[in-house]
Amino acid sequence: MTRAQTITEKILARASGRTEVHPGEIVDTTIDLAMTQDITGAMAFPVFRELGVPVWDRKKVVVFIDHCAPPSTLLHTEYFAENIKFVEDYNIVHFYKMEGICHQILPEEGFVKPGIAIVGADSHTTTYGALGAFSTGIGSSEMVWVLAKGRLWLRVPETIRVEISGHLKPLVMAKDIILKLLSTIGTNGAIYKALEFGGETIRNLSMDGRLTLCNMALETGAKNAIVEVDEITRLYLNGRVEGDIEFLTSDADAHYLKVLTMNVDDLVPLVACPHSPANVVPVAEAAGRKVDQVLIGTCTGGRLEDFRMAADLIRGKKISRRVRCLIIPATARIYRDMLEEGLLKVFADAGCIICNPHCGPCSGIQMGMIADGEVCVGNHNRNFRGRMGSPKGEVYLTSAATATATALAGELVDPREF
Amino acid sequence: MILQSRVLCKLGDSVSTDDMIQAKYMTSTKVEEMGKICLRDLDPDFPRKMAPGGFLVAGKDFGCGSSREHAPVALKAAGVQAVLAEEFARIFYRNALNICLPVIECPGAVEAFDLGDELSVDLSTGMIHNITKGTTVQGIPIPPFLLDMMNAGGLIEFLKKQLAKERG
Repeated sequence: MTRAQTITEKILARASGRTEVHPGEIVDTTIDLAMTQDITGAMAFPVFRELGVPVWDRKKVVVFIDHCAPPSTLLHTEYFAENIKFVEDYNIVHFYKMEGICHQILPEEGFVKPGIAIVGADSHTTTYGALGAFSTGIGSSEMVWVLAKGRLWLRVPETIRVEISGHLKPLVMAKDIILKLLSTIGTNGAIYKALEFGGETIRNLSMDGRLTLCNMALETGAKNAIVEVDEITRLYLNGRVEGDIEFLTSDADAHYLKVLTMNVDDLVPLVACPHSPANVVPVAEAAGRKVDQVLIGTCTGGRLEDFRMAADLIRGKKISRRVRCLIIPATARIYRDMLEEGLLKVFADAGCIICNPHCGPCSGIQMGMIADGEVCVGNHNRNFRGRMGSPKGEVYLTSAATATATALAGELVDPREF
Repeated sequence: MILQSRVLCKLGDSVSTDDMIQAKYMTSTKVEEMGKICLRDLDPDFPRKMAPGGFLVAGKDFGCGSSREHAPVALKAAGVQAVLAEEFARIFYRNALNICLPVIECPGAVEAFDLGDELSVDLSTGMIHNITKGTTVQGIPIPPFLLDMMNAGGLIEFLKKQLAKERG
């Protein structure tokens, strides 16, 4: 009989052809899916080309143009061209050209299945753990290695279990849960570790919320984030993937490095203040800060649930005249859903700017840079100094509800007070 | 392998890959250009300070943030011969070693090494000798299989050699 294992250990054991693995072991892992985005892909592809070998499996590589989309500088067009050339020359089957952000398209289009091992040349690859997959971010050189071999060495991480109980109050969102965790363990609290989310709150949490949680779990330094597979996972996958869904869970007596507990009954809307995602206080404590830009979107907060929440708050109202409010759906599918539900009209009527699905301002690439002294509030993932523009600007991270209330007020505000 | 050089720059905790190379300053993917804009917001003088070639000392969570390999590439291009930090973010740690930028995790680094100190760093044992102060600090050694990869010239050269061997 094998030892009791966590989900992460079970997946890595299977992917490395073993019956069991132990934290700290280095395992040579079979990769089921590899993802690139335009910037890291453009760095990897010319190097891969020099090797003179075929891609290990052209059906298991998904290429995205989502960061510089559409390109707005000459450098961006070089990235673009490099991606197109790779896809055409190597006959890559799955290519998403400006149809949305990798971290939402992969789950949405059924590429992510419970139990598979995924690597992506982007840090927020931790997202897919929401569906019970092992997924982690890698660099461009390692992507070259994976493209050639379909394998990669990984260190089996210790798992930290985050046990969450209680019910979220209205206008408190999954984003507030991950901000709470960040305030507790910091941006280095889970370096090299697996973060496993469980408990009644998670069992009741929507897939959109789980994706947000696992996405931003990366900001704790985690190698991967994971949620046990359950009925919500099965319902999400229904019609997206073929075949039976394996209900992967950790063994009851699996070993955890530690177990953190959190009760969300009294959780309030939170905000990460400049310049760290872990510099978190209740929104009420930072309220009143004048705001120049509001961002609702990205791989962290650009899902339908976020926009439904935002539209409910904004319907029939106008955003503050001092604010530029960017609405950026994570994918074209979400964009179409918003169109059909009438949400785009709500945002347009309120004076928001509706942008095409892409990463844009979050990573300081385009479409919403901030100037000296400007303040941006967004439901994205990072507020490092200078990332979104001027190092003298300030970025605050919140939920979609808080960001929307802030856009209406023109200053940071608790959505429950607004 | 032993590296000997001076500490040319000292930074605090949570220096992110965004600090090392920022999208807004990127106009070229040429390595030397990346070196010129490295850490610009944090210390505009960084490339000049690093130009002679030497060590960078930093605190916890060094390299947090994005997976961009441009970050260690930029550090290396600016003249960083090794990073001695109290803790590294994991993608950065792998990326740095893969492009042959030695990184040694060294608890207590900020306390033990000052600007201008002459250090001797043994990459295989992780032992760091502070020649200026006459002290020795034990860092966490780079795993042997990664040292082999670095001795081959980095991950890509290592891969090329493996593929050549497979072809016979």
